[in-house]
Amino acid sequence: MTSSTQTPPAVRASTGGPDSPDGPAGTQPRSSRARVLLRAIPALVVVAVLAYLPYVAAELPGILPGRVNGPGSMQLLATCLVVGGIALSYDVLFGRTGLLSFGHALFVAAGSYLLTISLSTWDLPLPLAVGVALGLSTLLALAVGAIALRVGGIAFAMVTLAFAQAASIVVMRNPGGLTGGEEGKPLDRDALPGLLVGVSNAPYRYWLALGFVVVAWVFVSLLVRSRAGHAMAAVRENEQRAAVLGFGTYRVKLMAIVAGSFLGAVGGAVHALVLGGSNPHLTTSEFTLSLLVMVVLGGAGHRWGGVLGGVLYTYADARLVEVSNAGFLHSLPEVVRQVLSQPLFILGAFFVVVVYFAPSGLTGLGGRLIRRAGTR
Amino acid sequence: MSDLVLLLVTGLGLGALYFIAASGLSLIYGLMGVLNFAHGAFMTAGAYAGWLTMDALPESWPTGSRLVLALLVAVVVGTVIGVVVEVVLIRPLYRHHIQQVLVTVGLSLAGVAAAQGIWGSDPRPVDKPVWMTTTSDVLGARLPNDRLVYVVAAVALFLGLMALLHLTRLGLVIRAGVENRTMVEALGINVRRTFTVVFAIGGAAAGLAGVLYSQYAGAVSPAQGGSLLIFAFIVVVIGGMGSLPGTAVAAVVVGLVQQLANYYAASGVGDLSVVLLLALVLLLRPTSLKGAPA
Repeated sequence: MTSSTQTPPAVRASTGGPDSPDGPAGTQPRSSRARVLLRAIPALVVVAVLAYLPYVAAELPGILPGRVNGPGSMQLLATCLVVGGIALSYDVLFGRTGLLSFGHALFVAAGSYLLTISLSTWDLPLPLAVGVALGLSTLLALAVGAIALRVGGIAFAMVTLAFAQAASIVVMRNPGGLTGGEEGKPLDRDALPGLLVGVSNAPYRYWLALGFVVVAWVFVSLLVRSRAGHAMAAVRENEQRAAVLGFGTYRVKLMAIVAGSFLGAVGGAVHALVLGGSNPHLTTSEFTLSLLVMVVLGGAGHRWGGVLGGVLYTYADARLVEVSNAGFLHSLPEVVRQVLSQPLFILGAFFVVVVYFAPSGLTGLGGRLIRRAGTR
Repeated sequence: MSDLVLLLVTGLGLGALYFIAASGLSLIYGLMGVLNFAHGAFMTAGAYAGWLTMDALPESWPTGSRLVLALLVAVVVGTVIGVVVEVVLIRPLYRHHIQQVLVTVGLSLAGVAAAQGIWGSDPRPVDKPVWMTTTSDVLGARLPNDRLVYVVAAVALFLGLMALLHLTRLGLVIRAGVENRTMVEALGINVRRTFTVVFAIGGAAAGLAGVLYSQYAGAVSPAQGGSLLIFAFIVVVIGGMGSLPGTAVAAVVVGLVQQLANYYAASGVGDLSVVLLLALVLLLRPTSLKGAPA
């Protein structure tokens, strides 16, 4: 956005001032539209390549388990993408509005569990089940957000954490056999369209995940460019000033929570479809914390940050175990090997390093490197 | 009647554990505005330090004296970890509250994962002195002795901290810093050194909490600190963010509510009622909990 706000003076100078009839008002929209199209090309290329992956039969030893279009790789990539989209939904709160919420897992889990329960226990048809899951999750976000927003700053973080924890306890207690307790709850396979079930249909679940990421990305991009998005940014930068300017900051923050949670619930529902059920890990505070880690790793408030962080984190979490078996580690002492065998240890330590040395995350770091290379 | 006395005492014991866990958090938050997510990892470290000490000491020693030594080691380990974390990780991010929280989040993930890698994720049983497993008769109720130990430890910690805050020069600086940090700095007092001391105290309290909670649970496990931390957070928020007496009262209330609800309603309802209590407090008295702006 900064480059487009810098252009008007130059345009004005060349067309002879703001009074000229075909001045900035006439030229700017077209050039900015062209720029938007230009900037969308890398994204379209990435999506096209990702959409083509299920037709690639090559093996990438060490990077993916088995063939690229094999069920194992497809499932791993689909999970990475879904979590990337969920991280993007958390960025609506954290990166875009400056709300440090530790309760986002609650709404993701609500989307996931409500879908599974409406399909498997209440025997609803799929479209209705999705509607019920998203509707109830959004209502929940409205209620929890309305209460939690009565306090600000760090207290808000603690309160959201407590609510998520309450939900986690409920899910673990398995009331009336509804949530399946620690085992999680599987989706009723008969209630789903055939394309989403079975090992051989992994590519369809992958495309579903990819579709979710694209929708989430477009949703967040549109939201950020809208009036509401500007109000969110104003609240993030300086809440007092935003309040003085006449924004109802409470309403803006509540709106951000509801929008982010809605997207998170969609992610939870897709997560349930991709993994064939709901897992209590989604409700834990550890999951919320990992969402925070993903967003900061990728770059909070950056258009690619959440997705990149989520995909990388999930991939690393799943694949770093392989690293601990690598040959060059065998010379290390036993204790060091044991510690390094824990993906979360490496990710946690790496996260601390990123907070120190790349506060704007990997996307910010990448942008900085590109700019530096350009000036040389 | 005897049921009620039993419930009150066990609730009080639980509240005592919550207070020991929350006191460090509350002090650190009050003075520095840092929400220390690594507090759970501190507690886990203390619990494992205590467990290792008890294992390393000869079996022939009475369990009670081994436990006392384990407590001392855990407190020392907690203090050292607190100082190291403050000096190395928190201090460079002075006044960047969100980044400080993020660093402690990373630390908590890495710490728990490290414990899991070294000692495995399964709970390891902890030796308990025989006296603490038995009960004594008070008012017709058979009260478990270990709860009394927790209550005594919590009261001692509370009185010690209050004495530190109100009778020493250091306490004066801490209280003044909670009130108005900028003013204290302007008067030429080195508040940063006080931060390190407060983190050391917080770490020591966390080490103590870790060992006592592992006694309560009968085992050590990597996730233990995290589950205690959630309740410590709730206690700190209900207690008014940074006030020690408030934290003490909130800890007792939370412990009692949890125990009573678990008994009179259904097991598991207690945890939920604590969260409900938190929501209620927020709805009725939000202004007292605003907290420092992040």
